[in-house]
Amino acid sequence: MNVRERAAEVAAQVRDPEMPMLTLADLGVLRSVEVVRPGDGGVEREADGDEVVIASITPTYTGCPAMATMRDDLVHRLNGAGFPRVEVRVVLDPPWSSDWISERGRAALRDAGLSAPGAARRSSGPVGLNLGPTRHAPACPRCGSTATRLTSEFSGTACKALYRCADCLEPFEHVKEI
Amino acid sequence: MSDDDESIFEGLIEGGDTSQWAFGTDFEDPLSGVDTTVPDGVDHTELARYCLMLGDDALIMSQRLSEWCSRAPDLEEDIALANIALDLLGQARLLLARAAAADPGVVPALPEGSPVPAEDALAFFRDAGQFRNVRLTEVANGDFAHVVVRLLLFSVARLALLERLRASADSVLAAVASKGVKEVTYHRDWAGRWFLTLAQGTEESHSRLVKALDDLWPLQPELVSAHPLELSLAQAGVGVDPASTRDEVDAVLDQVLAVSGVGRPDRPALAAVGGRTGRHGMHTEALSLLLAEMQVVARAHPGGRW
Repeated sequence: MNVRERAAEVAAQVRDPEMPMLTLADLGVLRSVEVVRPGDGGVEREADGDEVVIASITPTYTGCPAMATMRDDLVHRLNGAGFPRVEVRVVLDPPWSSDWISERGRAALRDAGLSAPGAARRSSGPVGLNLGPTRHAPACPRCGSTATRLTSEFSGTACKALYRCADCLEPFEHVKEI
Repeated sequence: MSDDDESIFEGLIEGGDTSQWAFGTDFEDPLSGVDTTVPDGVDHTELARYCLMLGDDALIMSQRLSEWCSRAPDLEEDIALANIALDLLGQARLLLARAAAADPGVVPALPEGSPVPAEDALAFFRDAGQFRNVRLTEVANGDFAHVVVRLLLFSVARLALLERLRASADSVLAAVASKGVKEVTYHRDWAGRWFLTLAQGTEESHSRLVKALDDLWPLQPELVSAHPLELSLAQAGVGVDPASTRDEVDAVLDQVLAVSGVGRPDRPALAAVGGRTGRHGMHTEALSLLLAEMQVVARAHPGGRW
């Protein structure tokens, strides 16, 4: 395993601070991990010869308050794994999509009682107005019933909506399609 | 899970200096690592001022929505309004940071050694006359119908604008817009559904909705009117002429009004003062009061650290 692969493996294991059942890689917010020599790629040359790990992350939502924690966790874990120089960069384009959540991530969401997102809508022109009660009814992650109702498009974090199951009567959170 | 559980707090004091500017958790630059090169042929100061217009709209709207926290009719709507406020605050951060990166000259000068990052200096250390938001975002909150109508008018126009801004020659603005479209789509649907619900609810909810619409309607035309700077940047392929969104905005509003059985108000636009509106820094008294609350702690403790 080369240095980049080793750094990438460490970074990929860092977990999302608000949905700790997911790693940043499974959530799709970890976009890339590079290793550069000082002096390359716009990184300032310093006296020591350590290579610099550059991890790029993208916010799920623009206002995501977890970005600072993600950055600090990446720095902390990579430092602990023997990479003293770590730079975390923000990537804004292309914007994060719930489609980027991996299969393993979706399984982890379901195991934690959360409903995984369906396919995101794609559009380049005007966005249609939706005044209907709900776009679709995700299956209840507890009992599997599809007799579910939207309580609110907004929930405890920016990326989730709140539903209730009409059969088992339990409320549950659904990761929104964006 | 190893030691990640503890690192949340440890992360706050990362680095040699353990004190923090009191108003952020120190992800000091939301554009860290993003290419902020200004496109060829675009005036840096004009681009910065344009970003302030769009950023101030989001910031002031976010502040008004935040005031709803703990006051909504039920918990779900409280959470919805707080989430929408957070999305807009995120857009404001990027836009203010982009303004500062394009032209540091727009950032208020603070004493040497000040720990305040540029985006916070722009939010907390400008006076009302330096803000460029449209006046719809600043007027005082009213009842629940008022926030529903305000958010409907705002998000219909902002979504139409962001849809077009995705094609901006400025890669930062294009990226902010691409993400913003996804977020504001949810905001507009929320406002549209509540508009319909209140219109078709009780006599009381219907009459309050109509009153809110009547009160706020004079502030709507400003959303689809161009300031010369917006025209200039639209011509450069960087900005969007708000007037070019007017047909789409009207069509969406007419759709909501028709489904709800509410008529389009017959009220003229709120007058400009000597030709000047919010985009020129001419505001209503409400903005000064809003800023007094929003900025008081930052100004009382300009070097605030913990």
